Amino acid sequence: MDASNYLYISALLFTIGAVGVVVRRNAIVVFMCIELMLNAANLSFVTFSRINGNLDGQVMAFFTMVVAACEVVVGLAIIVAIYRSRRSASVDDASLLKR
Amino acid sequence: MKWLTLLMFLPLVGAAVVSVLPKANEKAAKQAALVTTIAVLLVTVAMTLNFERENVGLQFVEKYAWIPSFGINFAVGLDAIALVLILMSTILAPIVVLAGWNEAHGGRWSVKTFYILILVLETMMIGVFAATDLFLFYVIFEAMLIPVYFLIGGFGTGERAAAAVKFLIYSLVGGLLMLASIIALFVMSGDQFGHTFDINELSQLQMSSTTQNLLFLGFFIAFAIKAPVWPFHTWLPDAAASASPGTSVLLLGVLDKVGTFGMIRYCLTLFPEASKTFTPLILILAVISILYGAFLAIGQKDIKRLIAYTSISHFGFITLGIFAMTTQGHSGAVLYMFNHAFSTAALFLVAGWMISRRGSSTISDFGGLQRVTPVLAWSFFFAGLSSLALPGLSSFVSEFLVLVGTFTRYPVHAIIATFGIVLAALYILIPVQKALHGPTTPGNENLKDLNLREKIAIAPVAAIIVFLGFYPSPLLKIINPATTNIIAQLGFTDPAPSIEDK
Amino acid sequence: MSISTSLVYLIGLPFAGAAILLLGGRRTDKWGHLLATALSASSFAVGVYHLFQMVNRPVEMRPTSQKLFEWISVGSFNVDAGLLLDQLSICFVLLITGVGTLIHIYSIAYMSEDRDRRRFFAYLNLFIAAMLLLVLGDSYLSLYVGWEGVGLASYLLIGFWNQKPAYATASKKAFVMNRVGDMGLSLAIMIAFATMGTVSFAGVAEQVDNTSEAALTAMGIMLLVAAAGKSAQFPLQAWLGDAMAGPTPVSALIHAATMVTAGVYLITRSNFVFDAAPTAQLLVVIVGAITLIFGALIGTAKDDIKKALAASTMSQIGYMILATGLGPIGYAFAIMHLITHGFFKAGMFLGAGSVMHGMNDEVNMRKYGALRHFMPITFITFGIGYLAILGVPPFAGFYSKDMIIESAFNSGGMQAIFLGSLTLIGAAITAFYMTRVMILTFAGTKRWDEGVEPHESPWLMWFPMAVLAVGSVTSGYLLYHDKALYKWLSPLFEDHGEHEELLKPIVVSALALTMVAIGVSIAVYKYMRENIETVAPENVSWLTKFVRKDLMQDQFNEKFFMRPGQLLTKALVTTEDVVVDGSVRGVARMAIGSGSGLRGLQNGFVRSYAALILVGALTLIAAIWVVVS
Repeated sequence: MDASNYLYISALLFTIGAVGVVVRRNAIVVFMCIELMLNAANLSFVTFSRINGNLDGQVMAFFTMVVAACEVVVGLAIIVAIYRSRRSASVDDASLLKR
Repeated sequence: MKWLTLLMFLPLVGAAVVSVLPKANEKAAKQAALVTTIAVLLVTVAMTLNFERENVGLQFVEKYAWIPSFGINFAVGLDAIALVLILMSTILAPIVVLAGWNEAHGGRWSVKTFYILILVLETMMIGVFAATDLFLFYVIFEAMLIPVYFLIGGFGTGERAAAAVKFLIYSLVGGLLMLASIIALFVMSGDQFGHTFDINELSQLQMSSTTQNLLFLGFFIAFAIKAPVWPFHTWLPDAAASASPGTSVLLLGVLDKVGTFGMIRYCLTLFPEASKTFTPLILILAVISILYGAFLAIGQKDIKRLIAYTSISHFGFITLGIFAMTTQGHSGAVLYMFNHAFSTAALFLVAGWMISRRGSSTISDFGGLQRVTPVLAWSFFFAGLSSLALPGLSSFVSEFLVLVGTFTRYPVHAIIATFGIVLAALYILIPVQKALHGPTTPGNENLKDLNLREKIAIAPVAAIIVFLGFYPSPLLKIINPATTNIIAQLGFTDPAPSIEDK
Repeated sequence: MSISTSLVYLIGLPFAGAAILLLGGRRTDKWGHLLATALSASSFAVGVYHLFQMVNRPVEMRPTSQKLFEWISVGSFNVDAGLLLDQLSICFVLLITGVGTLIHIYSIAYMSEDRDRRRFFAYLNLFIAAMLLLVLGDSYLSLYVGWEGVGLASYLLIGFWNQKPAYATASKKAFVMNRVGDMGLSLAIMIAFATMGTVSFAGVAEQVDNTSEAALTAMGIMLLVAAAGKSAQFPLQAWLGDAMAGPTPVSALIHAATMVTAGVYLITRSNFVFDAAPTAQLLVVIVGAITLIFGALIGTAKDDIKKALAASTMSQIGYMILATGLGPIGYAFAIMHLITHGFFKAGMFLGAGSVMHGMNDEVNMRKYGALRHFMPITFITFGIGYLAILGVPPFAGFYSKDMIIESAFNSGGMQAIFLGSLTLIGAAITAFYMTRVMILTFAGTKRWDEGVEPHESPWLMWFPMAVLAVGSVTSGYLLYHDKALYKWLSPLFEDHGEHEELLKPIVVSALALTMVAIGVSIAVYKYMRENIETVAPENVSWLTKFVRKDLMQDQFNEKFFMRPGQLLTKALVTTEDVVVDGSVRGVARMAIGSGSGLRGLQNGFVRSYAALILVGALTLIAAIWVVVS
């Protein structure tokens, strides 16, 4: 199978993720969309690794997973903390950065 | 003996002493500052006596490696011009401390802070004139802004914060242009004979005329902002109007001289060809400054702004004298720098006393002070006479030298500049009439006359003004060899009298 | 040329007086006036000593000099603080210190009620010192110091009662108009240095022959501007009338006898310049001629006794300036008239002060009348001054003024007849307005305000008047007799031999006396009546109204100099605010504006940040794509 198809899927997944981040309000969904984008990038890395015939891309994918895992830990903790204090997981409610 | 290091170190010691004094003991801080500044003055006087008049090279030279990898040295040394300006600064410092005994009260920070800032500023004032390493000069040139910024912003009046910011931004813009030029010089020195910031070596650089012109402009604009020359002047009235009187004296009396000093020390010696190229333009700017500053002074309602504009006019004379390229003009300009410091100091200090007594700086709020506070009124009038360059007072000598020196080479400029002396009569006598003459207006009946401390502070200023008016030779004898040397190095000779043999 | 070491005392004594009284403050109130008078008198004594020394020396050794110290020395510009006493300056020294001392004495009584009398005497001493420096300086630059020094003293004295706003304004006006003249003087000095390389009198005199006429003409015109400013000559004459705001002794000393004659001194001193620059000399004549008529006309319509005398001063100095413009034949007569005028005009001013003293400081002559019965001494001394200024023989003015008229007629060419006639017309107008002053003040009926009790002044006041009256009688003859003054001064001037006589002296005298008689008769006819109005009548011809407004001099200055100047100032202040500072503020506003515009993007919504990141990333990709392909 042509390797470029994997890249198309990767792009599609990334777009879905990006749109999801922009349009959805629920923090959990936004979070999952970010994960989606990260994994789209992982898919690209693995594909490129395959095309180039070396392991660089796969190594990079492992790094991405580690970062994603850390991010989930920190991010979920923040979301839970905000939910606890505001009884809402909507990202638009927490616009404190403005001030 | 390491004179200059001692001189620069002394005020810092004073500042350190002040900083460990208890905050509540304000008097001790003032006394410590006064003692320090007087000690610095004494050292400077001793140096002046040790100065070899006929030696046109740098004296009291000291040099220590600072950042060797870039060829940067802590290098200091004095020529006659720098000596005269350091003398001027160190005479002013104790006067400012004594005259503004109470002006630190009511500031944003403690009285102690005020004197620490003043003393740190004094170190820098000495350093900026003494530096012979371009990098050192630049660092001090910029670092001077910091204490002044805090002095205006913390101890000023009115819109002091805005004025302080305006002052800072103007100076930084100029400093940035100069920095670009300095870096260019540094890079070029590396190509030609090894990286250095030493001004003597840099003056040997070979440059194309375009390069020279561009680099000259970088320096000149920085100094023109500092001086200030029209049209780079608008920061000055705001800053002077917002600063406390003592700060204004240091600002106009010393800091602005860095601009005109820089024109001589850096613009003329580093870029002799470019200086000649730009001379016609600069002379026009100088003449505009003279008349523009005078007219604006006539139109002012606030006494501090008025004094600031008179200074713009006076700086026009100094710039005119520098770029007239005659020995009379040059010596006149250097002498003018010295004299201007004292006439402006007198005006600002007395105006400051008037303002602090009346609680207003608007001229029309005063009236008939001569009947109520004769000594104060006389001091103001005397300061005004010195500012309008009355013959017999010091500023006349320098103003006339500048004019006569300009006339021999550029008669038209000199004639136009001479109109300034009529305008000077107006900008001094109008506030004199409004504030001192006429019936005593309400609110002025109970003003107090000068006390002993204030009299002691103004007396030396008046004495210097009168003494140098009648007998300027001691200073001229120091200045003349240096200015003659600069004019000769630039390849100029004074125009000979146009006597024909009939 | 001989060397002296005592010239400095001439200036030093009164200067010390001024310094002691000003710095000493109220502590010196009790004896300040006595000290000042004594110092002025001792300066006079030094002057007399020098006169005798000088007379006893051979002619070429008469000038005396004293070098004090090196003043300014830069490159080829070398000026020493040096003093020079020659035949010309000794005349001035004696006039200044002599009349000055008399006026000091007069002022002791005149100012006795004033709480600031000490300050007044300090200023008087300052004036004497500055004026002596003016006439003793051996270079244009030293003269300049005295020149502005007397300007300062004049400013202080005119504004002595500056609590009255009008007086303060008058003093400012005088100083500023003088500064216009000073500008001329400083330019003249610059021209001298640039073309001749020296600013000393001796140096300039030496180089005149080697200098182009254009440069000399320029220098001469600038000196004339200076003279016009100080001597209240056209077109810088407008300050003198207002200067009468000062106490009357000041008007007598400064604005009649001494300071205002400095212009005559300057031109006479610079005779070598003017003799070599005919154009400048012609301008001097024109200025003198205009002023002598101008001043005389103003004098005819003044009701204020001091202002009438001031106008007369202006006119009489016009005579002197005219004489100096005639060249070598005129210098000595200008100085002669200057001296006699110093006596009789100072005397008349002191007389006016005495009248005011007795009339509760009333200055309006329409409210005087019949005072000869109440103030006999004042009347007699004033009357002597009156006869002197008219030029009635054998009073002083007869000799000095006739000599000027004669020189005008003998100056050669067509201009001689014209100038001669002008001086004669001036004499007639002078006779008219002075007679008017005499009649309104001393003759006729009482027109006093209620409560005024005129009385003769104390002896301290009439004694100086009497001395000056003696001078007004004798000085003319003494100076004229055997051409005494002419011979005394002639070593200083280059005379080009004998002059053609257009009219015989006796004819000139006859003509002059006829004109005076006409002037007197008209005045007697017009004012020798019972019903003089105490308020100036309104239904008068436009000409009278025009003259009453001082020939529109103030209106002219206001319209063509003051208003445009004020407009320019206002325009520049606006320019500063709008254009210069405005552009600075514009830059600042632009920075602030773009910042606040971009601030809208920082809305705090995470999703819009994310969207922006997305847009940014896409833009970046697009940009890279465009560049690569």
